[in-house]
Amino acid sequence: MENSLDPALPLLEVRGISKSFGAVRALQEVDFTLRAGEIHALLGENGAGKSTLIKVVTGVFPRDAGIVRLGGEEVAPRSAKATLQAGIATVYQEVNLLPNLSVAQNLFLDRQPMRFGIVREGEMRRRAKALLADFGLDIDVAAPLGNYSVAIQHVTAIARAVDLSARVLILDEPTASLDRHEVEILFRIMRQLAKRGIGIVFVSHFLDQVYEISDRITVLRNGRLVGERETASLPRLELIRMMLGRELAETTSARAATREHQAREVCASFENYGKAGYVAPFHLELRHGEVVGLAGLLGSGRTETARLVFGAERADRGQAKVEGAPVRLHSPRDGVRHGFGYCPEERKTDGIVAELSVRENIVLALQAKRGLHRPLSRREQDEIARRYVKMLDIRPPDPERPVGLLSGGNQQKVLLARWLATSPRLLVLDEPTRGIDVGAHAEIIRLIRDLCDDGLSLLVISSELDEIVTYSDRVVVLRDRAHIEELAGEAIDVGNILAAIAADGAAVALEAHT
Amino acid sequence: MTALLPRRGLAQILALIVILAVDRVVSPQFFDLRLQDGRLFGSLIDVLNRGTPVALLSLGMVLVIATRGIDLSVGAVMAICGAIAASLADSHGLPVVLAAALGAGLLCGLWNGFLVAVLGMQPIVATLILMVAGRGIAQLITEGRIVTFSSPDLVWLGNGSVLGLPVPVVIALGMLILTGAVVRGSALGLLIEATGGNARASELAGVGTRAMILSVYVWCGVCAALAGVIAAADIMGADANNAGLWLELDAILAVVIGGTSLFGGRFSLVLAVLGALIIQTMNTGILLSGYPPEFNLLVKAVVVLAVLLLQSPKFSGLAGIAARLRRTKA
Repeated sequence: MENSLDPALPLLEVRGISKSFGAVRALQEVDFTLRAGEIHALLGENGAGKSTLIKVVTGVFPRDAGIVRLGGEEVAPRSAKATLQAGIATVYQEVNLLPNLSVAQNLFLDRQPMRFGIVREGEMRRRAKALLADFGLDIDVAAPLGNYSVAIQHVTAIARAVDLSARVLILDEPTASLDRHEVEILFRIMRQLAKRGIGIVFVSHFLDQVYEISDRITVLRNGRLVGERETASLPRLELIRMMLGRELAETTSARAATREHQAREVCASFENYGKAGYVAPFHLELRHGEVVGLAGLLGSGRTETARLVFGAERADRGQAKVEGAPVRLHSPRDGVRHGFGYCPEERKTDGIVAELSVRENIVLALQAKRGLHRPLSRREQDEIARRYVKMLDIRPPDPERPVGLLSGGNQQKVLLARWLATSPRLLVLDEPTRGIDVGAHAEIIRLIRDLCDDGLSLLVISSELDEIVTYSDRVVVLRDRAHIEELAGEAIDVGNILAAIAADGAAVALEAHT
Repeated sequence: MTALLPRRGLAQILALIVILAVDRVVSPQFFDLRLQDGRLFGSLIDVLNRGTPVALLSLGMVLVIATRGIDLSVGAVMAICGAIAASLADSHGLPVVLAAALGAGLLCGLWNGFLVAVLGMQPIVATLILMVAGRGIAQLITEGRIVTFSSPDLVWLGNGSVLGLPVPVVIALGMLILTGAVVRGSALGLLIEATGGNARASELAGVGTRAMILSVYVWCGVCAALAGVIAAADIMGADANNAGLWLELDAILAVVIGGTSLFGGRFSLVLAVLGALIIQTMNTGILLSGYPPEFNLLVKAVVVLAVLLLQSPKFSGLAGIAARLRRTKA
């Protein structure tokens, strides 16, 4: 017990944690150290392993290897409740409280002050009020929690967690739905708690906030630890490089010779295209046989751009043109009709129909495009499925297998096949190589190159900068839901992309003027 | 692949055979058929005839459930359409009567489909509205009375025979073939299964998921209307309080026994109808056995449990392990 109060010892020590889901290695020998009284940012792109790490530490997932020590003692909690009792509390982005109960009831749920088996409402409210006063909050604790803003709900969740004698507080994207003022309230409380000796893990993709609040930073990438640094001595450029790319030296020569594409015709163009509160208006021209990469951090507006271009989201301004003719893109059906295709990032929820066979998944978009009255005969379906299973080397090569039983890489290939079968003019690929093993990864990149040699126009989103640099003819860089820069030809390299992402607002404004 | 195909439907066929065998034990003349006045009589024909309303309902219901929906209003829609048919039967010709009743069923389906597909209401709540209101509408049409009629055309629909088979059975068979032809002959089947399997992904693949959902509720309404007309024709009258009462539950049961998951996706028309026949075979068997009809409900529950267990992958997994253990011991 005394150990935990000794400042020389780390409060929470995670050593050599590994975790696999089937063949996917979500975490590989990750270390993480949290000191008492510090605010420690845990960073990484989607799929880096942040959530998995939190869930392993809090006992939601069993771990495959490694140890967790809290205050010098090894802990291995098996449930959320046991974790809480051990002194580790987690507050998720979506507050896990009951909005229909009062603030006081939420604070003391499961441990209400009782007398003769009856809840002492008055006592509970008095204590709730006192507890929240500690956090500088003076609100009516008898009102339902749902009546209050998300920020206050967050503070309530934190107050509950801290009052349950938490020594470690994990905040998973706590600021995602807060406005500037609310963020300040939250930060003030975080600093207060840190002063009391509580160790806080802060997960966020808002780098400004990370620099404002955190003492140290740990970065994960592809399930591995990239490094642990003092925030004050870590330049922003370096941090982004840690999150996105390998060392610069490794990647500079990876770029293939630029193809002749200047003479090619415009396939689709988007002028002043955008949607309020979604993506700032942008200009985008996509030529036949050209790959345009979209680069930027998580939440920078890459997926949003892709969804607008395809028609999955309706733009509220600007004009889209296909082969020079103005078109309306109000739904995915419009996109499909104009020869667009879209492989979304979330394959399982937005891409495959798991229960249906490989064949049915492949013909789905083509059939939807042809309409109800022109069904593909079984023979045609078999023919199409066989062709693409062979062409993309989908394994196992059984068109009748339910697609949910295939590996991630093969599911991705099935989605590609679904769109290729519609003979599209433009294909939008959102993170086509995410969660795919190395072999399939290289294959998909080779495929992207082959496709655009055939005259297809491609818009590709990827967090892997070396990858984007390898296949793109042009790269659009996004930040804060706006297109901030376009790189072409020799200017495309990882360094320039990182510099564009990291540049502060003033520098961008300057560039726009020159 | 060849091993998979007969597996589908095996549980249902097995269940039907077992129940038929039990019925044979309970009532020795169960399989007897005789031809009288050019018409077949016997318990088996009776099962088919009595099973028709639920079979028709399950044809619509299975499509709705395949889109991950449910339609609780079909019993009430039966009452509405039966009431309309009965009210018009003695003053209008059969084509007018049928058009009015089926048109009403179509409108009911359109209403449900509008609530679910356009307004995005949860299917169970959306169709609950018509389930409650529909019986009221039916009572308004019959003005609270049991409306009887004697129009020979409509009576024939419930009691006549074609090629030795009762007309309702022929109609149900025709609807099964028609629905199968429309659904599997066009791309509708695939697109419905995709919509039910993953609506978001289907939408992004360009499938008009709203149109799919709307159309299955419309078809469900039409099937319910036909069931309602036949039920009215059978008793030569419309009883707004009792026509089709609780049959929505039997229809859902038939679909589930037929192996279509309430989570949507893959569906089978034939197996849903087979499910309806299984339910009716049980009902008839218990009636013939002379046991009090209260047993019906219990026996039904046990049989449903058995069929569902046979279909459950976890259960067959357990059974497989048990079999292997026995083999290793031997």
